[in-house]
Amino acid sequence: MFTFILKRLLQSVVVMLTVALIAFSLFRYVGDPINNMVGQDTSLEERAELRERLGLNDPFFLQFYRFAADASVGEFGFSYQHRRPVKELIAERLPATLELALVSAILALAIGIPMGVYTALRRNGFLSRTFMTISLIGVSLPTFLIGILLILLFGVILRWLPTFGRGDIIEIGWWSTGFLTASGLKSLIMPSITLALFQMTLIMRLVRAEMLEVLRADFVKFARARGLPTRSVHFRHALKNTLVPVITITGLQLGSIIAFAIITESVFQWPGMGLLFIQAIGEVDIPVMAAYLVLIAFFFVVINMVVDILYFVVDPRLRIDKALANGQ
Amino acid sequence: MKLLEIQNLEIQFPSRKSTLTAVDNVSLSVDRGDILGIVGESGAGKSTVGNALIGLLEPPGIMTNGKIYLEDQRIDDLPESEKQKIRGKKIGMIFQDPLTSLNPLQTIETQLVETIDLHLQIGEEKARQRAMELLGQVGIPDPEIRVKQYPHQFSGGMRQRVVVALALCAEPTLIIADEPTTALDVSIQAQILDLMRVLCKQKNVGMIIITHDMGVIADITDRVAVMYHGNLVEHGHTAKILGDPDHPYTQSLISAVPRPDVKLVRFPQVTYIEDIETKKEDIDISSHWLGQGQNFKSADGPLIKLNNITMRFTTKPAILKKNRIYLDAVKNVSLDIKEGEVFGLVGESGSGKSTLARIICGLYSPLLGEVIFSDTNLTALKRQEELDPFRRQMQMIFQDPFSSLNPRMRVHDIVAEPIWFHKLASSKSEASDIIIDLLEHVGLGSQAATKYPHEFSGGQRQRISIARALATRPRFLICDEPTSALDVSIQAQILNLLKDLQAELGLTILFISHDLPVIRQMCDRVGVMKDGELCELNETELLFDNPQHDYTKHLLDLMPRLDGLSLEGLELSSDN
Amino acid sequence: MSIISKTQILKANYQRFIDSDIWYSFKKSPITVVSAAVTFLFFFVTIFAPFIAPHDPFDLASIDLMDASLPPAWFLDGETRFLLGTDDQGRDILSTIIYGSRISLFVGFVSVIFSLILGVGLGLISGYVGGRLDAFIMRVADVQLSFPAILIALLIDGLARSLLPRELHDEVALYVLVFAIGISGWVQYARTVRGQTLVEKGKEYVQAARVIGIRQWTILLRHILPNVTGPVLVIATIHLAIAIITEATLSFLGVGVPPTTPSLGTLIRVGNDFLFSGEWWITIFPGIALVLLVLAVNLLGDWLRDALNPKLR
Repeated sequence: MFTFILKRLLQSVVVMLTVALIAFSLFRYVGDPINNMVGQDTSLEERAELRERLGLNDPFFLQFYRFAADASVGEFGFSYQHRRPVKELIAERLPATLELALVSAILALAIGIPMGVYTALRRNGFLSRTFMTISLIGVSLPTFLIGILLILLFGVILRWLPTFGRGDIIEIGWWSTGFLTASGLKSLIMPSITLALFQMTLIMRLVRAEMLEVLRADFVKFARARGLPTRSVHFRHALKNTLVPVITITGLQLGSIIAFAIITESVFQWPGMGLLFIQAIGEVDIPVMAAYLVLIAFFFVVINMVVDILYFVVDPRLRIDKALANGQ
Repeated sequence: MKLLEIQNLEIQFPSRKSTLTAVDNVSLSVDRGDILGIVGESGAGKSTVGNALIGLLEPPGIMTNGKIYLEDQRIDDLPESEKQKIRGKKIGMIFQDPLTSLNPLQTIETQLVETIDLHLQIGEEKARQRAMELLGQVGIPDPEIRVKQYPHQFSGGMRQRVVVALALCAEPTLIIADEPTTALDVSIQAQILDLMRVLCKQKNVGMIIITHDMGVIADITDRVAVMYHGNLVEHGHTAKILGDPDHPYTQSLISAVPRPDVKLVRFPQVTYIEDIETKKEDIDISSHWLGQGQNFKSADGPLIKLNNITMRFTTKPAILKKNRIYLDAVKNVSLDIKEGEVFGLVGESGSGKSTLARIICGLYSPLLGEVIFSDTNLTALKRQEELDPFRRQMQMIFQDPFSSLNPRMRVHDIVAEPIWFHKLASSKSEASDIIIDLLEHVGLGSQAATKYPHEFSGGQRQRISIARALATRPRFLICDEPTSALDVSIQAQILNLLKDLQAELGLTILFISHDLPVIRQMCDRVGVMKDGELCELNETELLFDNPQHDYTKHLLDLMPRLDGLSLEGLELSSDN
Repeated sequence: MSIISKTQILKANYQRFIDSDIWYSFKKSPITVVSAAVTFLFFFVTIFAPFIAPHDPFDLASIDLMDASLPPAWFLDGETRFLLGTDDQGRDILSTIIYGSRISLFVGFVSVIFSLILGVGLGLISGYVGGRLDAFIMRVADVQLSFPAILIALLIDGLARSLLPRELHDEVALYVLVFAIGISGWVQYARTVRGQTLVEKGKEYVQAARVIGIRQWTILLRHILPNVTGPVLVIATIHLAIAIITEATLSFLGVGVPPTTPSLGTLIRVGNDFLFSGEWWITIFPGIALVLLVLAVNLLGDWLRDALNPKLR
């Protein structure tokens, strides 16, 4: 197991380096960084001097090394658009995105998994069919449209909920939270539902498919033939065997929640990293783009690592090395 | 009091096109300590009977008529919750495939304890104790260690023992075993059957064994019921049914079983099995197209000569050479196959016999050694174009009729492919003529050409395979377990066809099988393989009558005896 | 009988199709029939948009600012000329929806084809050749799969935006979008096809072809490719829905197609600004059209997956 995790860790480092390389190339070769930093009236000498000072004339690998070293401690230089260190911008906005993603993920998993299990077990029940139809509509509704519809209904027509922003926030150290104020929680409702809905339907459908697959397995039939009660067959035997694929799915979905937050934040003007990123794309603000890219990659790598480790917890076939027991 | 009594059982599977009556008016009974065999070929409905007994019919199957009594209590009309109490507690079930019957995520102990505690309610501690005892009873060594392990840590035979233990754990009065040994190797098969027989007599439980295998029936059952297309055609004491069957289906079924002790000229033409077109007149090889283009140079020595063949597979790849793990599937094998003979290769799964066949026809390149075909060293030929003429001369028939034909191609195109590739026809109409001639010759009508493989049964597909192999007009044919996936009566037909073709066309055949009786019926000489090595090679009759190598003796010992089978109407070969 | 005639084969094929389980399950599912009809309608209307749309929203001469912001025809202020109302510039909403769907479908369809060719090709090679090439392709696929498609599409689009001068970018925006969505979707195809190829490669009909002497490339294309099409078709259908959503999302975020040739997503984005001032129809009707199209395609894909899955029958 240890070697496996070590291997995975190594892989993750390679992935991070690749992403860093892409981010670096973005930063270094898309447009001229100097032009983006200084005004029109800067003289050629001053530009050359700045270029030398920033190390832009150094060999490629040295520059990349410097970039990666800086990136690993969160330094991504100045934003072209905001004229502030990217580090500060990100730190300001990270809590907003993480709080939104966390609430959505919990919503999506807590509703999606039980619904998936239910629809698999009662395959032809009325409620299952209803869930399935609703879920198809859910998959067909683009996230931004869900947001718009919610805004129209609860914001414009009913005027129950705020339509943009985070509401009042409380600063705890460098973290700013919306969990502790009424307006903060109210502001969270629509964005988190918007973000959760699509993931929830996806999780439900995937869990259902996996569960159906396992229910057809021989060992489930054998468990039935031994007279085990339906509850035990379904939950002790079948459900546990769907866990491995469900963990994979969940990992992937957590990742995409962070990515889809871009859309939700954009619809609700939620002051998170996604909004920052989308504005950066519009303004070609490369340091911000590069930083976001590296940060997101880091999240994904961490999630994947956790998923891999969970496999070991769940599946004994992986846990026990050299398991070829032929003829024992 | 009968332990189990089935009266007029009828089970139907409705589908949108028609309703299939899978079991039709079957009445049977089993006593304590009695082993009843239900035998039949695929589609006979034997497994459906077993599933109906424990109330687990595969949807959309429904029981449309009949009654089932267990110890005089009617059980078929009980509510689901009551049926659940009978399953495992009163009736234990054993399925075919031990590899998939156990929950991979739980230890053996957890699975045993759950079932024991559920039915006997003796508390977890005692259940654990009992689990250990059971493992001991079914012959698993070191039960106190093995009980903590997961299914994947057991071999196939051991897993089937665990399955038997699970079926036994609540002291059921009846055990139903559905093809319990079909997925196992011969040597393990015998052990499991022995175990089941001993346990049945010891614990005085009734047992139903569902199987297609006459050997299993002869080995273990007291009484036997023969099923055909959902009907019970005959039932009675095993010795009587096997030795002196009354029903014509039973008679033809028994006559189709390859005998381990005598060699037949050919299998009797069995009635009662799927229709095939009656074969046309024999081919006269000198005038028929199959004989044309056969101007091969005849070999000076043997047609095939294998010199010190070794084949190595990498089972665990690694970048560093020292970390790789290899498997030597074939180790230093040398043998000759003479022109015109049928050479048999026999061995258990993993013995390397199929690998050897694939080396000969060029699917694998050996690590060491050479394949000499008609005085040409094929291993030295590297260019595809150089190999093509030899590929034409040797063709192969595969084991699995369901995967050996491309499902997306019409039969016509399947048989046409080798003809076009080797340019054996000059026009479309000539090719079509050849294809239709071939299909008729292997016992399929010309209409078969327009159909797709899935419209045929296993036996018919194997005929298509044979037609495809013959299309290149080969002189050497490799048959890799050509009948092991087929029912015994279909097997008899295919073996007859191969025998006829061999005689008519003067083919040289390499015949591979794990089934010794089949080998005896088909081959002139036999090689026995074990763990990649060729351990004995001799004339077939000499080898069967007087085996030299210990492993050969062991294999022959494991052959089902079948002494009691009727010999009526069989034409014995003069070799006997 | 000597040669089997073409008509005989055609007839047999037709009969086989009528008898097939697929056709049966299609007939038996009204939802599927309706979805197929809706999908077909969308394709038909968008292909013949110039003949069907009541107005040409891009013909500046025909647009009158006096008609701006009219509600749908059944409202008091509505006009029958504009069935679904007009936007802030006086363009007919129904017509912009028809032309917008055209862009959406075009981007969706072409990017699916792009993903499909890339993914199926790489999957076949990966599965059949195996070894290091396989390991490399699948590693890349794994890494890409851990990033959501929408993020990758966003990045590619952002990249193109930074590399190309603005005027040029607007011109090629559509193709950049197709490329971005196409690239972000190939992994699904590649993984499925690779898996299926591995299964098919192990089957004996492939060995039989090799024993005959058929060359590897011919085996790959003639024997294996036709046997992996089933799952590919299912993925492609569902992917079409995803691609349309992705396009709409990117356009909504303002990084997709430029407003000069609006797609459904662009229309919704533009209309979104008027949501609070009460002109809801500018954004809601394109939204309904989008959902209708995606839902129909999704339902088709869902049915196709079940119909082609032998285990569920």
